[in-house]
Parts: sequence; structure tokens; C-alpha cells
Amino acid sequence: MDMVQLILAAAISGGTSLLFAVLGGILNEKAGVINLGTEGIMLIGAVISAIFYLQTENLFVTFLVMLVASGLLGLLHAFLCITIRANQIVSGLAVTLFGTGLSAYLGKSVAGVPIPVSIPKIELSLLDSIPFLSIFSELDIFIWMSIALSIILYLYMYKTSWGLHLKAVGDNPSTSDAMGISVTAFRYFHVVVGAMLMGVAGFYLIMVYSPNWIEGMTSGRGWIAIALIIFARWNPIYALFGAYFFGGLDSLGFRMQIYNFDIPSYFLKMIPYLATILVLMFSGWKNRHKPSIEPKSLGNPYFREQRF
Amino acid sequence: MKKLLITVLCMALIFVLGACSQATEKETTKSEGNKGSETTEKKVPRVAFVYIGVPTDGGWTKTHDEGRELVDKTFGIKSTTVESVPEGPDAERVIEELAQDHDIIFTTSFGYMDPTISVAKKHPDVLFMHATGYKTAENVGTYQTKGYESGYLSGLAAGAITKNKKIGYVGAFPIPEVIYTINAFTLAAQSVNPDTKVNVVWSNTWFDPTAERQAAISLLDKGVDVLANYQDSPAGIQAAAKRGVWGMGNDADMSEYAPETYITNPVIHWGPYYVEVVQSWIDGTWKSESYLGGIKEGMADIAPFGKNVPKKVQDLVNEKKQEMADGKFEVFKGPIYDNKGKLRVAEGETMSVEDILAMDWLVKGVNGTIPK
Repeated sequence: MDMVQLILAAAISGGTSLLFAVLGGILNEKAGVINLGTEGIMLIGAVISAIFYLQTENLFVTFLVMLVASGLLGLLHAFLCITIRANQIVSGLAVTLFGTGLSAYLGKSVAGVPIPVSIPKIELSLLDSIPFLSIFSELDIFIWMSIALSIILYLYMYKTSWGLHLKAVGDNPSTSDAMGISVTAFRYFHVVVGAMLMGVAGFYLIMVYSPNWIEGMTSGRGWIAIALIIFARWNPIYALFGAYFFGGLDSLGFRMQIYNFDIPSYFLKMIPYLATILVLMFSGWKNRHKPSIEPKSLGNPYFREQRF
Repeated sequence: MKKLLITVLCMALIFVLGACSQATEKETTKSEGNKGSETTEKKVPRVAFVYIGVPTDGGWTKTHDEGRELVDKTFGIKSTTVESVPEGPDAERVIEELAQDHDIIFTTSFGYMDPTISVAKKHPDVLFMHATGYKTAENVGTYQTKGYESGYLSGLAAGAITKNKKIGYVGAFPIPEVIYTINAFTLAAQSVNPDTKVNVVWSNTWFDPTAERQAAISLLDKGVDVLANYQDSPAGIQAAAKRGVWGMGNDADMSEYAPETYITNPVIHWGPYYVEVVQSWIDGTWKSESYLGGIKEGMADIAPFGKNVPKKVQDLVNEKKQEMADGKFEVFKGPIYDNKGKLRVAEGETMSVEDILAMDWLVKGVNGTIPK
């Protein structure tokens, strides 16, 4: 395999956990709820997976338990933001702090213990003979799942009436309410499912990427995922490419070192955020005469009796 | 208004819960030490350790905690430990608090240097030991291992095992401690397998499994057949094992993460020295010093060999280890050229410890640069 393929392969494996997290974030934000709890939910997802897999050695059960755990954190965030109408930023930060602390506490007994897991791979020997596509011939099942999920979410959000409802709830909840859509139910559902996807991001990190629990193992990837939501303009397909781009940057930096390009690693670490700012500026400028693309009531709790 | 109140209360609850689970202080001793000195004639030291991570990190803090266990067992005490103390103002606060009711405080990370010195000034009757630093005082001593000796032994094993003469090394940060270890490693590999190239990539992390795995993979993609890592996480070893490539870690025995492909790596035994320090405090003979412990002193060592390491390689390494233990071997003995071709240590000369601890160049055969 040549250099480009190798980097692409590294980008895909590095970007997949980001992709799950960003898809979860998009679901949250499309419904009008900012979720800054990504980092904490990822950590909880990872630690719960570690604990349960070491107990049961059953991937499916572990996955389900992890979904429930991260869904519960999502439920907490949803309760605070939707039912009590708390400040979404504060609630999200609280979820992150809570998740970071709780995961460290729960993970004490499994810290550093190697997880003997093997993730089923999907082998497409057909692709082996095709020059460039050969990197896709042996990817694990979760990578395919994440790619499929991006497409499904794209179709859901842009091609179904439910997706239209979701957009309406995120843009103008009072109108959707008048149309007979239950804003509360919609928001709850998407926040909880979104949180579950963030949990899957943690699950992928610990089951595939680095199979042993270490306190704070996400090391900031939850925040990169939040930047990625904006970078991807709330579009699951853009998120797919964005995640691989951000995921590939790490790998790119190390490869540049091998071939003696003298680029400071701090500069490379800055790129995701810099790229996000550039995309914000660029799309803001390009769409300056059009309505903004972001969900219009993002960050605002919905209050039926409120008058405008 | 009521809603606001509920919100505020909920938030407060969450913060408190979060804080509780993050709480890391284990105040275990205190009274025990006091009781001891009241009831018996023997002076029972009240010992405290400040950790940068958690004892379960599988690396740096684990090695210190093993030392703490030996101290506890030897003197029948229970030392206070404070985990996950960030370097900076927090460290100073923690050390200050510990200084109120402890006799000996071990601060086990480089970044605790200035806080340790500043607290030590206010507590002249408390003994402070700071790991890896370079500032001492009346009541502050420092200690460090000769990482280059254990690094040399690891390099010997790597050099004897590599077939294509391409070794990868994921360095943590380009600081002297890491640089001299990589240099010693390379010199050793070349001594058994001339022309061996060591490809170095800096992860700029001590502990970030995802980044370290990427760094490892970029080296593996280059075709190295032995991969060494300087970080505490086993991510690099695991990535190497997945491709059937030999792996080496750092600080602690990491064989469990790659049983089939593990070689060995530098480990540190702080315990005997900790016991020595506490004993000298009891005897009243302690004096401030900058202690440097190598193979001879038993502080630096290598982990037990992995199960697939050939006997021949093991013998080679053990022989050299014996030589070091007898004080017959110097790692940085000339001629040594750096990787830009400049002669750094002339024929027949040996580098002084000061020069080694300030090393900022890579030896010939290292494929990599030190970022400015």
C-alpha cells in the first residue's frame, strides 16, 4: 500500500470514534439542544464497556449495557435542559465533569487491565484486487456501522417527514408545537439517542482502538467532536469526511516527523479548531444573504406559554 | 423562581457528585503515626507521597506506589498518598497541607519542583524528596534513575532481535531524559547489529492512548520490526502486537498487553531507595543530595523478558547487565557522533553525568529530529 492509502486507513480508524460522537452531537443540536457533555458521555461509555466486557466477555451484552448507561446520562441532560429548562451550556459542562469523575471512580478496578476482545471484521476479498479500494477490504464491523449510520441519518434528516419535523423542532419549536408535533418528546428522544451514539464513540475507543481502560482516555476528543459538528455544518455526510479529516491529522503529523518535515506538533494539534473557525467564516460569508444553516432555536429551551 | 431554584439545586447536586467521585485524597495515616510516637520510644515517621497520576496507571505512578508499599511494609506504617495532583498551584496547596502533619514527603513528578522548594522553605523541619528535579535545599533532596543504563539494555535486546535493522521508537517529549534513553538504546542496538536505524517520532504526550497508537502505526507502516515506546500507556505495544511486531514499553512490566511479542523494557524500583531515605531520617543521618541510581544501585532495571525472546538474546543482555552492576561499563563512551555527523564524544572519553542529563542531540543512526 502506498503512503496515501496508509494515511487514509489510519484516518478511518482514527476518525471512527469521532464520527459516532459527532453524529450524536448533530442529533442533539438538530433538535435544538446543545450537548457539551460529549467528553463525559464518551468516558462513561468506555468505562462501562470495559467493566462489563471483562465480567461477561459478551460483546452484545456489553454494547447494550453501554447504550443504557450513556442513554441515562443523555436523559439527565434532557431532563435538565428540556423539562426544567436549565441553561444547556451549564448542564452539558456538568455532564462532562460528572462523567469524567464518575468514570475515573468506576474504572479503578479495571484500570490498565487488558481487554481480550476481538471485533468481527467484514472481509470483502472482492476489493483486494482493485488498487485503491483495497483498504476497505478488511474493516471492522463498527466502521461499516458508522458509515451506514451517517447515510441513514442523512436520509432521515433530509428525506423523511420525521426529519422535517426534527428540523422544525430545532428551528421553531412553537410553530412545530402548533402543528401538533410534541416538542418535548422529540427533544427527549434525540438527546437520548444522541447520547447513546456518544457512548458508542467511547465503546469504539476502548474495544477497538486502545483495549484497556485508562482514566481520561478520550483526552479531549469529545471537544474535537463538538468542533466537528460546526465544521460539518450539521450534515451527517459532511461529518463522515470531517471525522476522517480530523482523525487523519494525528497520523499525518507523525508521518511528517518520520520523513523529516519540520512542522511543530502543536500546530497540527491546533488544526481541527482552526479549520472549524475557517469553515465558520467561509460558510458565514458565502451564505451571508441566506438564512443561517444552524438550528435557529439552538440553545433555547422551549416554553409553550412564552410570548414573543 | 421555584424552577430556577430547582435548577440551581440540581446543578449543585451534580457538581457535588462529580467532585465526590473525583476526590482523590486518601487520608489514611495521620493519627497512626502520632499514636506510634506517643506509645513507643521508636520514632515512627509520618510519610506522604504526592502522585501525578493514579497508582493504577500501569506506569510512572505505579512504580512509585510499589515503592510506597515497600516503605509501608518495612516500617509497619501507612503512608498518606494524594493522587492525580496537577502540577502548578494545586500541587503547592497539597504539599503545604501535607507538610502540616508529616515528616517526609515524596513529590514524584518533575513539575512539583518549584512548589516543593517553596513549601520546604516554610517547613524547615520536614524532609522533602523530589523526583527527577534539579533544585535542592537544606531539607530538599532529589533522586532520579539512570534511565540510559536500562535504556541501553533494552536497546541491546532490540538490536539482537531486529531482522531488517529498522527499529521504531515513539518518544514522549524531546527532553534530556527521553533523549539520552533513545541515544543509549540506539548505541546498544548498533553494538550488536551495526547500521541499525532507530526511527523516532515524538508523540508530545505522556499519556494519550489514541495519539500514541497513531504514532505507533505510522512507524509500523514504515516497516519497523521492533517498536519501543516511552509513554506509560500500552497503546503502542498493543498496536505492534496486532501486526506481530516486537514491542517494548516503559516504566513497568507491560508483558500482559502483548504476551506473544513482548521483549522487555526499562523499569524503575524506587522502593529500596525510599526505605533508605526513611531509615536515614529515623537514624538522623539524612543529608540533602541529588541521588542518581542505576543498574548497580538496583534502581534502574529491566522487566522480565517476554516468553518468546530467544535465550541467546537474554544471555547477551544479562551479561551486560552484570557488567554494569559491577561498575565496569559506561554507556556514553567515545567515539560518539551525532546524527548530523558531528563528533560529540572523542575517542577514549566518557561523558560526565552533567552532560548526559543535559543531552540535546541524537546519536548517529537515529532517524529523527529534535524540534526547536
